[in-house]
Amino acid sequence: MRIAIVDVSASRAAVIREGLAAIDDCEIFVVTERRGLVARIGEIAPDIVLIDLGNPSRDVLEEYFAVSRALARPIAMFVDESDDEAIAASIDAGVSSYVVDGLAPHRIRPILDLAVRRFNAFARLQADLAEARGKLAERETIDRAKRILMDSRGITEPQAYAELRKTAMDQGRRIAEIADAVVTAHKLMGGA
Amino acid sequence: MPRQLTIGFLPLVDACLPILAREQGFAEAEGLSLTLVKDVSWATVLDRLLYGHSDAAHLIAPLAIATTLGRGRPAVPLSAPFVLGLNGNAVTLHPDLADRVCPQVELGDPRRVGEALRAVAGERKAAGRPLRFGVVHRYSSHNYMLRYWLAGCGIRPDADVEIATVPPPFCADALEAGEVDGICVGEPWNSVAVERGAGRIVLATAQIWRRGVEKVLALREPVLEERRGEIEALIRALVATARHFVDPANWEANAAILARAEYLDGSAGLIRRAISDRLLLVRGSEPVHYPDFMFQYREAANFPWVSQAEWLYTQMVRWDGGGFSPGDAARAARVFRPDIYRSALLGTSEPLPGASSKVEGSLSGLTAVGTQQGKITLENNSFFDGRNFDPNDLEGYLAAQP
Repeated sequence: MRIAIVDVSASRAAVIREGLAAIDDCEIFVVTERRGLVARIGEIAPDIVLIDLGNPSRDVLEEYFAVSRALARPIAMFVDESDDEAIAASIDAGVSSYVVDGLAPHRIRPILDLAVRRFNAFARLQADLAEARGKLAERETIDRAKRILMDSRGITEPQAYAELRKTAMDQGRRIAEIADAVVTAHKLMGGA
Repeated sequence: MPRQLTIGFLPLVDACLPILAREQGFAEAEGLSLTLVKDVSWATVLDRLLYGHSDAAHLIAPLAIATTLGRGRPAVPLSAPFVLGLNGNAVTLHPDLADRVCPQVELGDPRRVGEALRAVAGERKAAGRPLRFGVVHRYSSHNYMLRYWLAGCGIRPDADVEIATVPPPFCADALEAGEVDGICVGEPWNSVAVERGAGRIVLATAQIWRRGVEKVLALREPVLEERRGEIEALIRALVATARHFVDPANWEANAAILARAEYLDGSAGLIRRAISDRLLLVRGSEPVHYPDFMFQYREAANFPWVSQAEWLYTQMVRWDGGGFSPGDAARAARVFRPDIYRSALLGTSEPLPGASSKVEGSLSGLTAVGTQQGKITLENNSFFDGRNFDPNDLEGYLAAQP
């Protein structure tokens, strides 16, 4: 079975490819380039096309599939009415699938399930990464705010932190938000 | 507790009404809280609607009909109780082609531009490099307007010229790279191509059909029935937004909101131009004023005329092939829901037409029409070729098409 993964994110495509590699008798093709997409799909002649929902080329691809009714192997959106839940899960995960005419749903399902799991895993990975980055950035901002307070008011680091914490508690906000306000205000006042 | 509705949209100027209904407080005034979900393809806007990620969507009208008829996927009945706007699109050609078919920098005469284009199309076809146009979707009014114009000028779409789908954000790129010779797209994408020197605007689609239906508010039919009260509140909020939207006093502020990163993520200057019916035809010139380039409110513009849906169905028959089917025609007509629109606005100061269907293209001047409430004076709504569309004779209309 020939599977084309169309994804502008090369790293996500790699994660999905790796997942699908576990399935027997599958040849996997990754397409990340927007230009020449339709020609590339034509060359690959896939049985299944997986494309992320955020891909602006989806309408182009669907038009190609609609026109391909005239071709030897028509491709259509995979909508298995007997199992709407699986399709809904794939939409939730952010992936849509198109299959060549006549391919049995039981051959498609394991591939779709795997793709969905991989999409979800990738989304979690990204969320973790964003959270870690956010935490790091917050810590830096707090450090800078402490430094500003220490310099401008001649207080110690623990005192500066206590000030930030007290203000945050008084205002019902997070320390990082207060620190951000301090840094912004400092910038506005001409500080570096 | 405000009732919550999620609306999907594509970042285009004519997504203005749902966005501004939220931002300018009109939704809130109707007891609604709107969440807007932005996507980058119509396929995804539609998937979210069909699988319940959104309750309603900003959608190209022909796609609502195609989905109901099961073109390209199993049929799911959609309903459109509100038209989000008429026209607002333009035809932008590669500058060299524009110079040949529309020598003056102006919105050209559709017939004259079409005649000149036919000559070029013939040359290019003979040279084995047929002219190629980009439209935003095969089930878009852009595609149908462009095809209507070309065919009316003796240029056979698919046979004499190629028409391909190009996502709006890539239209300027495609023109620049020579992948297409022209595009038919909504704003701000014509202006983006112009600003980059990649194209010149030669026609507004309002010149092809002066009152052409464009985007609709689409919902799954069962959702419309289940949440009827909320949807009617949404219609009232959207009409109030439309009234606010066309008032020049609000253009500046509205353009700034629409330009924000979470909405169009674009230039407030370009957006303001579009919503004030100004078009910069070529880089370095002064914008021209083309009244009713976008049409969001007057003449009960948001009323879903059944005849509009039926016109779109005739174009679908024309270009999809497969022949006319009375059953499909009835299903297509049923997508537009003037009954819901009436029910939502009955007893308000908004005018409601007496009829739900009309002969399209038959008016050349001001015409007062019978109403259920209020006053409506319709203006010129003609097609460029002077043909009329009589919804009582779809087959006759189809047979008479070039």
